[in-house]
Amino acid sequence: MSSVRAVVAGHGDFAAGLLSAVLQITGRDDVFVGLSNRALSAQDVDRALRAAVAAGPVQVIFTDLPAGSCTMAARRLQREDPLLVVVTGVNLATLLDFVFSEGPDAVSAAGSAVEKGRAALAIAGASPARGGETRDH
Amino acid sequence: MTIEMYRIDDRLIHGQVVVGWGQPLDLQFIVLVDEEVAASDWEQELYRMGVPPEMEVHFESVASAATRLPGFQADPRPGLLLTGDINTMARLVEASGSIQSVTLGGIHHKPGRMQRLRYVFLTPSEEGELRALARGGVAVSAQDVPAARALTLDEVLGGEGNR
Repeated sequence: MSSVRAVVAGHGDFAAGLLSAVLQITGRDDVFVGLSNRALSAQDVDRALRAAVAAGPVQVIFTDLPAGSCTMAARRLQREDPLLVVVTGVNLATLLDFVFSEGPDAVSAAGSAVEKGRAALAIAGASPARGGETRDH
Repeated sequence: MTIEMYRIDDRLIHGQVVVGWGQPLDLQFIVLVDEEVAASDWEQELYRMGVPPEMEVHFESVASAATRLPGFQADPRPGLLLTGDINTMARLVEASGSIQSVTLGGIHHKPGRMQRLRYVFLTPSEEGELRALARGGVAVSAQDVPAARALTLDEVLGGEGNR
């Protein structure tokens, strides 16, 4: 059985870029399978995502935009399989946490990864005292 | 008229529409004209989930869109009307009589279609529908994203965008 536990799907080379970064940092290329919606119709995205999930078996789908066609396709799959977890707005920190997760299952791993990804999104160097300041030009 | 674009895109509401066009045009509402979606609460919820809360989405059939179009066109806020295929847009153009321009935003490959642009594939029948729209006075162009040049129908059918 494949060790792939999740699909990363998005626009252009979004998934390939993230998976390349995951490989560089962790040495792991066996956790995710990537999918691009480039040049695909909505029906083609549905088919490609369905095939990727079936080949896994996959329990989690990470997508880029909540409004993207990959997310729409993932939600349709989720309707058929309510145990499938769909995470939108994925970033590198999210995937790294997922790779190293020691949670009991992919669903709890996804929950932890979402928190890590959310925490990674920040304005570097910002402090509450500087929160409203802007630079004058 | 404040419907900024009448777009044909087989992905319907997706990133290019909501973000790619939504931000530069400051879109406040989308009119999605699709018989299947208009008849399905679940599909409507799926598409509604994909747009920011401040952006309205109206789900219409061709018949209801034709009736409500004058109201959408009179709305002072910028909006975008969307169909998933050429035939639906052609029927709406005919039923409403008030659509002067149509933009091909994404019609992807399927059997029987020939590639005209990177993002436009057409069957001979679809080409005929586009030519009929143009003969009827509708300005037909293709433009997937704002940064791209809008191509005329002649350029599309000539495959100019691929050169």
